[in-house]
Amino acid sequence: MKSLAELQAIKNRMKDKVVLRDGMESTRVVVGMATCGIAAGARPVLNAFVEGVNKEGLEDKVTVTQTGCIGLCQFEPVVEVFEAGKEKVTYVKMTPERAQEVIEKHIKGGQVVNEYTVGTVTA
Amino acid sequence: MIRSQVLICGGTGCTSSGSQQIQDAFEAQIEKNSLQDEIKLVRTGCFGLCELGPVVIVYPDGTFYSRVSVDDVEEIVTEHLLKGRRVERLVYDDHGKAEADEFGNIALSDTTFYKTQNRVVLRNCGVINPEDIDEYIAMDGYEALGKVLTEMTPEEVIQEVTDSGLRGRGGGGFPTGRKWALCAPNKADQKYVVCNADEGDPGAFMDRSVLEGDPHSIIEAMAICGYACGCSKGYVYVRAEYPIAVKRLSIAIDQAREYGLLGTNIFDSGFDFDIEIRLGAGAFVCGEETALMTSIEGNRGEPRPRPPFPAVKGLYGRPTVENNVETFANIPQIILRGAEWFASMGTERSKGTKVFALGGKINHTGLVEIPMGTTLEHIIYEIGGGIPHGKKFTAAQTGGPSGGCIPASLIDTEVDYDNLTAIGCMMGSGGLIVMDEDTCMVDMAKFFLEFTVDESCGKCTPCRVGTKRLLELLDKITAGKGTMEDLDRIEELCEYIKTNSLCGLGQTAPNPVLATLKFFREEYIAHVQDKKCPAGVCKDLLTFTIDMDKCIGCGLCARNCPVGAIEQTEYVAPRHKRASYTIDAEKCIKCGVCMGNCKFKAISKQ
Repeated sequence: MKSLAELQAIKNRMKDKVVLRDGMESTRVVVGMATCGIAAGARPVLNAFVEGVNKEGLEDKVTVTQTGCIGLCQFEPVVEVFEAGKEKVTYVKMTPERAQEVIEKHIKGGQVVNEYTVGTVTA
Repeated sequence: MIRSQVLICGGTGCTSSGSQQIQDAFEAQIEKNSLQDEIKLVRTGCFGLCELGPVVIVYPDGTFYSRVSVDDVEEIVTEHLLKGRRVERLVYDDHGKAEADEFGNIALSDTTFYKTQNRVVLRNCGVINPEDIDEYIAMDGYEALGKVLTEMTPEEVIQEVTDSGLRGRGGGGFPTGRKWALCAPNKADQKYVVCNADEGDPGAFMDRSVLEGDPHSIIEAMAICGYACGCSKGYVYVRAEYPIAVKRLSIAIDQAREYGLLGTNIFDSGFDFDIEIRLGAGAFVCGEETALMTSIEGNRGEPRPRPPFPAVKGLYGRPTVENNVETFANIPQIILRGAEWFASMGTERSKGTKVFALGGKINHTGLVEIPMGTTLEHIIYEIGGGIPHGKKFTAAQTGGPSGGCIPASLIDTEVDYDNLTAIGCMMGSGGLIVMDEDTCMVDMAKFFLEFTVDESCGKCTPCRVGTKRLLELLDKITAGKGTMEDLDRIEELCEYIKTNSLCGLGQTAPNPVLATLKFFREEYIAHVQDKKCPAGVCKDLLTFTIDMDKCIGCGLCARNCPVGAIEQTEYVAPRHKRASYTIDAEKCIKCGVCMGNCKFKAISKQ
């Protein structure tokens, strides 16, 4: 070890590996992972969220986690986005591609992707 | 991409309750469900709540599973990790006291055990993998060493430590900054830093937990100390009974060398430092600094008179700084966050936090770190969860065999160095043994004295012979043969041992006796005058009797009595069909088996 910069480089490289242990962040993406969700393809969606959040460097602000059956089995995979001080948004019939779009537009851009929300699909 | 991490406690407590097997089971289950790329297993140091071990925490939710068994692992993997459903029956709910968040989750930090703790020394224990230097670096590790070597002079480092008000955590409470300042100016061809990890107080295990859970913090702190005091060589003296600690520390030293954080020209500053481990054989006296150094030199671990102090003439006759593990663990944080931050915690003359090992009659056995000045009441009833079975709190022993007890009447004592000294106790290394109404205080004092009699190295007479004679006097009292004069003789002998012993072991050995005599004299008097043990512990003073009217004559006690001391009489109690039993006091060995077996509470002891 010759300099603080070298130390900082290791720290940066490791940061996303331990950041999970800081506990819950303000924005939470919850993927329904009950039997119905898994059967409908929730796991690729979950992984797409985890990867997307990391790729965008948002792991400090966003926690991706899973939950059991939300109760809308016919609309699985269901993803809910919770943001502090805002109303919860429920996305249905998600795919990894749609997940990318949600990260891009909603989580980064603050713009809810209306076409995938439960209200639009069921209406 | 890892989406979830499973932390498994790898401290000694959880390891002995099977956390290695749990880890193996997790590995197998994760593989079976093809989750290797999504879930990461991390074996950490001690979380502190040993009572509830083996402990498993699942992040990012922070779900805290307690008392996990190998059979539970499959359910956790298939339910929680795969489907995202918590296994509620294993979630620690803090007896309903912790509030769940909007997702029904109870985070570890919200439980009463953790809520009021302030983790400085233990900040990485149970959080990082102690066998991975990168994880330590991710938690600001070695930044303090880098800062010290590139931006600060040795004098500035010592000033920072002095300003922080940090005092030795091994028991004595000597100001750490002053200790460093005493050693720094002394010139020699070689100077040493020694880390005292010879933790020997019965019931204390904070140093072990730091070495097991965060070994790099000690390496970093020793290097900082070496820079400040002009030492290029360090020794960690750790007892061989701590195999996990030794293993993790060895791994950590190797990793630090590999990264050039130990060795020559660290951070390109021209500073050289390296560390070696020395294993102790587990003699209590080797925790005394001069005996410890003698032992490192390869000689029999015996103390020597001071002065000369180690700062002048220590290890191999060279100037030496010796600090305890917990003291060192504070150093990197003080450098990084500043003396002012550290001094903002604690009381007037005791700054920072202290780790206590809670043990004895308490619900949450384990390791807690709290700011100095927290009241004993808060420690026992809030963090410790109170006394089991609703029993009454009698006293708490601090400082192990060198300390004294704090009686229930002083439960509002704010725990710091000076307050404890003022009531005749001692902070010691931080063992806190809680006693309830079923503890005989004379017997307790006898227990600790037996320990010091065993552990006395024998070099000086007051300790070698004095403690032995003292123990004989206590034996006499618990056997019901003591006199009131004996109590005076005990006090006299205690004072003599205290003033005339060579080292800390002898000087503090009488403390448990003196403290109990001061606060629980009436218990001693009950043993001497009434020939009774109020707590019902001292066997020689007990008699077991069967209430013949309550006895239904089932004979369970007689069948279980190991010495055949219970026989049936001819007396049949009113409304009972069979004859009652009675105990032959001559034959009875007072084991209490009969009492435990009687379903009708017909047997009592007095």
